[in-house]
Amino acid sequence: MSLFRSPSKEPLWKDEFSVFTSDERYVTRRQFTRFLTLASLGMFVGNLWILAKSRFAKTPAFPMVEVAEINEIPVRGVKLFTYPTPQDHCIMIRTAEEEYVAYSQKCTHLSCAVYYSAQNDRLECPCHRGFFSVKDGSVLQGPPPRPLPQIALERDGKKLIAIAVKGT
Amino acid sequence: MANLEPSKQRRGLVAIDGAMALIVILLIVQIWLLSATLETYLAGHTGAVLPAAIFSGLIFSGCLALDFFVTRVDQESRRS
Repeated sequence: MSLFRSPSKEPLWKDEFSVFTSDERYVTRRQFTRFLTLASLGMFVGNLWILAKSRFAKTPAFPMVEVAEINEIPVRGVKLFTYPTPQDHCIMIRTAEEEYVAYSQKCTHLSCAVYYSAQNDRLECPCHRGFFSVKDGSVLQGPPPRPLPQIALERDGKKLIAIAVKGT
Repeated sequence: MANLEPSKQRRGLVAIDGAMALIVILLIVQIWLLSATLETYLAGHTGAVLPAAIFSGLIFSGCLALDFFVTRVDQESRRS
């Protein structure tokens, strides 16, 4: 019986089984290079997707929502509101007698709610100590990668109206 | 065993390894480029999107050229 078997030390069932797993797992340099090139194509497609999105993206239509009355909040006071949807929480700050700014309350790092620190005159995220400027929402310190989206406000008589979200 | 290998094959292997290393470096640059572009796009700056796409396309062309090079060198070294 041993005369008809191959000289390999593998058991008979492995010898006769037509799929060789070690050969199947073996990746040649050409295959690996092809894989890397396909990954490069994926990165390129990703860049093209961003390009297409930036070219053909429609400007979203924001509703006009009354968010506060003039003199409703004191100087350096804050008011929380939601805009443009009830799920989007925002914070409005009266920085001077006739100056109001509003930002999304969602930190651009991990979406914790930012609050206004009147003592330091900045917006602070308590989760990872990310600080934002009250003037323009830019990042002053910490891990947030982007500025806070700003809510454009318009004054209509004695009312303050939110008209758009900038930097989303 | 390595001494018995024909020198042409050995040179081909070195060329393939070099090309592979270059592709890996290009790919790392391209991954960084994509993440940076996405970051700037999400921040509302779209000025860098087009140059980044062009540069990414150039990197992909480079990778493709290196892939062809590897295939050609491999075939040549196998033939010899």
